[in-house]
Amino acid sequence: MTLTLNHYLFVSGLLFAIGLGGVMLRRNIIIIFMCLELMLNAANLSLVAFSRFNLVDGLPNYNAQVLVFFIITVAAAEVAVGLAIIVALFRARQTTHVEDINSLKF
Amino acid sequence: MSPLLFYFFAALTLIFGVAVVANRNPVASALCLVVSFLGLAALFVGLDAYFIAVVQVLIYAGAVMVLFLFIIMLLDLKAEERRKINIPAYAGGGLVAVAFVVQLWMVLQKFPESHSPFPPLALAYGQASVDDVRNVGSTLFSVHNLPFQVVGALILVATIGVIVLSKRELK
Repeated sequence: MTLTLNHYLFVSGLLFAIGLGGVMLRRNIIIIFMCLELMLNAANLSLVAFSRFNLVDGLPNYNAQVLVFFIITVAAAEVAVGLAIIVALFRARQTTHVEDINSLKF
Repeated sequence: MSPLLFYFFAALTLIFGVAVVANRNPVASALCLVVSFLGLAALFVGLDAYFIAVVQVLIYAGAVMVLFLFIIMLLDLKAEERRKINIPAYAGGGLVAVAFVVQLWMVLQKFPESHSPFPPLALAYGQASVDDVRNVGSTLFSVHNLPFQVVGALILVATIGVIVLSKRELK
């Protein structure tokens, strides 16, 4: 039995679903943030799998890997800004529970 | 990558991914996330993306997770106490995730190309693996030079934003 593109895409989809479920089910804002990272990584896995599958001149398609590099960079910047916002929020409200932060809720 | 290794690392990634969601203690969640990222890096190695695997370990399992643990410990978060759970919201959230997996499975079954195995790499004579870092680097700096500069500007803006956000009072 050999590995196919399907294997990688399904693992990527499962990882994305785990992240999505975490964002929906958890109420701790830091854990929600970690689940966002899981979803970004799931997207990276499918990009790298497609890059390896669609060879260009016998080599992986490096455009996809450059895109993954950009995603990782942007995700790192996003984590820094998001955690700064969480710290500012904690200073104002002393909580990381999303149900206690509902001033903007309609 | 041998299928056995693939199944091992895929299971590692997914099981610790579930543990991230299931743990009540944020520190335990963050440590599970590290293991999940390391499993993912191993999957990248299996796809001949050595540079991405190294970057994954350095940035995600290194920098990002240190940042997470630092904030969790700075805020001194304890394990969450149990609260009254909103059953319809939980069921709805779980249903969306399960529906996504089912839909993905059905799409993948109908997608004939993805059932063929990965094509072999065309390596030069005597070369053991692809010259990965060189190829990613030349693509990055020739084809995608403008986006690279834009990402640099983005990181600068993010840095300034973090400094502004963490001032004690905003004016």
